Amino acid sequence: MDWSKLINFRDRRSRAGSILFSALLLLFIALIDSSPARAIPAFARKYGMPCSSCHEAWPKLSPFGQQFKDNGFQMGNDRDAPIFQSPAYWPIAMRITPNWHLEHQDNVIVDQGSGLANVTTHGFDFGGLDILTEGTLAKNISFQLVPSSDETGAFHLEAVNVRFDNLLNSSWLNIKAGKFELDNLLSEKRILTLSANGSFYQNYHFQPWVAPGVASSSYAFGIGDNQVGLEWMGHSKNDRTRISASLLSATDGNPDFQSGTGLAASSAYEGFITASRAFQVGNLGLQRVGGFAYFGQATTFPKYTSGSVPINGTGAGNEPYYRAGFIGMWYLKKLDVTTMYFYGHDSVYLGTNTPSNAGSAGLPAGSHAPSWNGALFETHYTFNPQMIFVNRYELIRMSQQALDTNPGDLGNIDALTFGFRYYPFVSSRAGLAFHNEYSIVWQRKIVVSPTTGLPVDLTSSSLMFGLDFAF
Amino acid sequence: MRITKFKGIFVSLVAVLILPAALPAQQSDQAPAAKPNPHIEAHVGDVTGHPDAGSDLYYRYCWGCHGARGNGDGENAPYLNPTPRNFVAGIFKCRSTPTGTLPTDDDLYHSIERGFYTTTMPSWITLTAQNRADLVAFIKTFSARWATDKAGEPIQIPPEPKLTVESIKHGKEVFQKMECWKCHGQEGRGDGPSAATLTDSFDQPIRPYDFAQGTRFKCGTTNQDLYKIFMTGLDGTPMPSFASVIKPEEAWDLVHYLRTLQVSHASPELALWKTTPEGAAFLAAEKVRNTPTGSGLAP
Repeated sequence: MDWSKLINFRDRRSRAGSILFSALLLLFIALIDSSPARAIPAFARKYGMPCSSCHEAWPKLSPFGQQFKDNGFQMGNDRDAPIFQSPAYWPIAMRITPNWHLEHQDNVIVDQGSGLANVTTHGFDFGGLDILTEGTLAKNISFQLVPSSDETGAFHLEAVNVRFDNLLNSSWLNIKAGKFELDNLLSEKRILTLSANGSFYQNYHFQPWVAPGVASSSYAFGIGDNQVGLEWMGHSKNDRTRISASLLSATDGNPDFQSGTGLAASSAYEGFITASRAFQVGNLGLQRVGGFAYFGQATTFPKYTSGSVPINGTGAGNEPYYRAGFIGMWYLKKLDVTTMYFYGHDSVYLGTNTPSNAGSAGLPAGSHAPSWNGALFETHYTFNPQMIFVNRYELIRMSQQALDTNPGDLGNIDALTFGFRYYPFVSSRAGLAFHNEYSIVWQRKIVVSPTTGLPVDLTSSSLMFGLDFAF
Repeated sequence: MRITKFKGIFVSLVAVLILPAALPAQQSDQAPAAKPNPHIEAHVGDVTGHPDAGSDLYYRYCWGCHGARGNGDGENAPYLNPTPRNFVAGIFKCRSTPTGTLPTDDDLYHSIERGFYTTTMPSWITLTAQNRADLVAFIKTFSARWATDKAGEPIQIPPEPKLTVESIKHGKEVFQKMECWKCHGQEGRGDGPSAATLTDSFDQPIRPYDFAQGTRFKCGTTNQDLYKIFMTGLDGTPMPSFASVIKPEEAWDLVHYLRTLQVSHASPELALWKTTPEGAAFLAAEKVRNTPTGSGLAP
């Protein structure tokens, strides 16, 4: 073997790596030193305030930003109505994230070899586009319209609603109608992690597995998904106390009564309630505790079909599911920790993908209503408005499997995400974040090995470096 | 060699991680003010505000309008009307202290808490009491006046006398005698003969308060706040102090009358005034209706 060639190759590769890294470092420094931009997200432009006013680090809201949102995107100084804005003002902002990311999965079912493989992909990419149009139609009438696309440019309407604020001159009476995000204290729409594995809360979207390799398909739901319906929300003037209740169509936010992947389209209704209270502890900051509950139901078979295709909105055999939890948001000056306990329960019919028209006789032997517990710990260290470090650990543990034959830990999840966001400037015109993140998720026994027939774990991880910008 | 390579990558990664954190906040084209004087404090009730803590808050929430140096020239100042307060000048509208004096810490604290009606300065009620006190302490570091002058003594506000029709009528006489109408207009709509010519102490055009549209005042919402406004004056604006020319009992009569000019705001004074022929005729002439902004009068 010609060792000198190998050494030269290694040296060249090492030198090339050093040059590449130095170039990236220089680019990074150059970008840091760039002048502040002069474009603008909608509210910052309207009110002339830096994004750091409403966001501890965008998109995470500060208490002031939360109050602004709860007040119907209004400051409350009789200058909120559009009539006070320059006619040229248009309440619109856009957000997108070009990035480089690496995705890795263990135990992916493939046609080759043993039928299971570890798959790694990576490359430059970009996320979907959010077009954020939000503001006021008149004093105490606010709106939200958010066309949103996936990375292919396929658009859907992420949010469409009108809110009547401060009815009867009371901050306790605000009514919103349309498609909107549930009043989740831990907002998934304002999540600080963006990678494929870290861009959502596992607890918000978990549905128990019917059996190894068999996912629940009886309904689609995520408590972090925007829903369609009506919301009453009330809050104290200083926003320390917040409460809301919603009546929603059981469609997981889909239009035309389409329930997505369910067994039957639905015309059922669901409910969500949440309440929280913040209190000051010394000079540590505002601490907030709260609770929430979602009462859902999903149809299990179509009452009418046409050409064997279910007619939307005519599903029958409603079966219940619910989610509930408690949340605490603890501030220790620059460090804050969000803790959440989560409980989920599905009807036995939903948990086993079984239509309920045959009654319990139609259920598989040894079937149960599945239930589970979950927890979330998310920490942020806000070094300053330009730098935030994020860490999150989530776990989900099944307490009752849908079938006796299932492994006890089928579907259990552990998810770890950490990263940081650096904002090279803070302005009232635009925002840019250098987004750096690693996320890994372990799901227990959900894959069935094609060769052994035994359930094995699925591990997925993401590494992401992105430029998250809004203007 | 392998260890050296990993060491290099590790050092570089640490550099990338640490570098941004070590950089000063680049929040505007302007350099922030020098480190605040730690000896300047704010005392509001039993809360003591510290400028160091206030500095962090100021450069999170306030600098966009009030500027990195507190002189009111933040990046949004050119687009705001009225322009943001220049803290360096040390002149404040809303005070409980006589004209020409510095406000108390309480005055500044409540200004931050309340916000300013019909301006872009919002209420910062969501900040904690400690936060607001810290901001007051930091704001005081911008002007040299705080190092040389003490805050004025708050004026004494006598108890409010009983509301009567006579009190309102006498207040109307005071309104005429003091020529308040020259700026505010006979109906209090801010359209007096001098209104179009008014400027503040920074030569910026300024409009008199429109009682007919307003439900709140810049410096508060209560009758006591209204009393303070014309007895202390709004420094830096053409609104003078009337403390030397109006007796306290006359001042209360004026308060009662001014309340009746707020025809879009339900008040005991307005309700009483409606019962008189003069008041009823005045209100009948006003066409109160909802405007696109949600309240106010038809032009």
